[in-house]
Amino acid sequence: MTTYLAGPTTGIQLSGLTKSFRTPDGPVHAVRGIDISIASGETVALLGPNGAGKTTTIDMMLGLLPPDAGTVSVFGMPPAEAIMAGAIGGMLQTGGVIQYLTVRELIVMIASLYPKPLGVDEVIELTGIGDIANRKTTKLSGGQTQRLRFAIALVSNPDLLVLDEPTVALDVEARREFWSTMRAFVARGKTVVFATHYLEEADAYADRIILMANGQIVADGPATEIKAAVGTRTIRATLPHADLAAIAALPGVTHVDTRGESVVINCSNSDTALRALLAAFSEAHDIEVTGAGLEEAFMQLTADRTSEEITR
Amino acid sequence: MNTLTYTRLEMLRIVRNRQALIFSVGFPIIMYFLLAGPNKNSKDFLKAAGVAAPQYYMVGLLSFGAMVAVLSGGARIAAERTIGWNRQLRLTPLTARAYLRTKILTGYLMVLCTVVLLYAAGITLGVRLPFDAWVRMTGLVLVALIPFAALGIALGHLLNDDSVGAAMGGGVSLFAFLGGTWFPITGGGLFANFCQLLPSYWLVQAGHVGLGASNPWGAKGWLVIAIWTLACAAFAKWAYQRDTKRV
Repeated sequence: MTTYLAGPTTGIQLSGLTKSFRTPDGPVHAVRGIDISIASGETVALLGPNGAGKTTTIDMMLGLLPPDAGTVSVFGMPPAEAIMAGAIGGMLQTGGVIQYLTVRELIVMIASLYPKPLGVDEVIELTGIGDIANRKTTKLSGGQTQRLRFAIALVSNPDLLVLDEPTVALDVEARREFWSTMRAFVARGKTVVFATHYLEEADAYADRIILMANGQIVADGPATEIKAAVGTRTIRATLPHADLAAIAALPGVTHVDTRGESVVINCSNSDTALRALLAAFSEAHDIEVTGAGLEEAFMQLTADRTSEEITR
Repeated sequence: MNTLTYTRLEMLRIVRNRQALIFSVGFPIIMYFLLAGPNKNSKDFLKAAGVAAPQYYMVGLLSFGAMVAVLSGGARIAAERTIGWNRQLRLTPLTARAYLRTKILTGYLMVLCTVVLLYAAGITLGVRLPFDAWVRMTGLVLVALIPFAALGIALGHLLNDDSVGAAMGGGVSLFAFLGGTWFPITGGGLFANFCQLLPSYWLVQAGHVGLGASNPWGAKGWLVIAIWTLACAAFAKWAYQRDTKRV
């Protein structure tokens, strides 16, 4: 059994990672050179829309996918070594569980593969699956299967827990329970990396958010900071023949666009922008102010990158 | 790493998979009574095959069931790949070697069920052999199945869950037919010579133990099995590496 002398203090380092896939429509550059350094004990969210490169990044972090370039180090080891040491637990985005076993038997099976697993009963208790412990794995609902997969990831008692969109199949109540279990686990000093496309989830449960779009890191910082950056608002108003340059020059405005007779104004400060807009264009009507969706926020954050770079 | 619990639970999964058990164990038993029963005392059969029908078909149908069983050990990898379970296992310290070893062991567990039941059926139709002949015959059967175990692993990595069943069914039927499961391959013609190049032929020939032939394979049989074992193992290794590179 490999032991890691450096201990879990060295954290996780991803350096210069790139990955492309060949597809019938030409190559897809899923990850275009990212550098991430995660300290032990941190809870980090990889936030981004579908196709941002989150899953590819996670697969490389776990050693399931070899990078085209760059290196991955988990607690000072390549991922394969960290896995052999039992240091990594993972819950992948897709995946079923094998049949002809009960929930408990499956957890026992996985626990037996690790050098220092948690107790099976402890994990069943922690993930709240005591009521289905003796049920066959084929007789579970989507949410129950997801909890079982979470139990499988936890039973290894890993120092690094990696979760790829863990709550995607869960309803609101189950999602809340999931994160409260997570919190209990994090309190044991574990490092957690999870991918999500819900800003609220990243904000509520991560110390730090790494924002990804088009295979690149768009922003990386404390959750509150990222939320302020992407949690922008959009003003929509009917304003025929609008002078776009003049609107773009208003205070608090970052970007402006037209949709027929309407203008769509992305704002860094919607209050200031709205006051200025009404002062300058009193004929504007049917005004709506909405919180920008994540996708729009990404477009805004990536707007200063050249379009050539984004579609390449 | 201790993989005892893992292997035990994988075996439990085999035993609980009733459908697969019925096809690899039940079907050969039925076919055995249909084929060997009417020819039980046939002198013509004895003359052609060199063995009485009950003993010939006992090993013939045992071969069929055992090929299905041992192939399905590896072929179940296809099902686990389809649901992404192999990716989950790759996050555990379970080595690829231990994983494949367990698949082969579970395949052989089903083989043992088939062997025991077919022997019991053979005894009811009057097959009588000295104890050491039973042991030698079983040993030869287990050895002749090694290439099929490797082939199962290759199929498990190359095919998906939908196609692996059809490939196995077709493949086993062909190997069984050309190996002499349904009728003895006799004479020295081109067809018989071709069949003698197949591992399934020698699998069925294991049934000649007990006729005084302590080594019913001869150098040729051992050579054919050895070559098939090496070729299928190389094929399985290639299929495994191709698959894990892509996943």
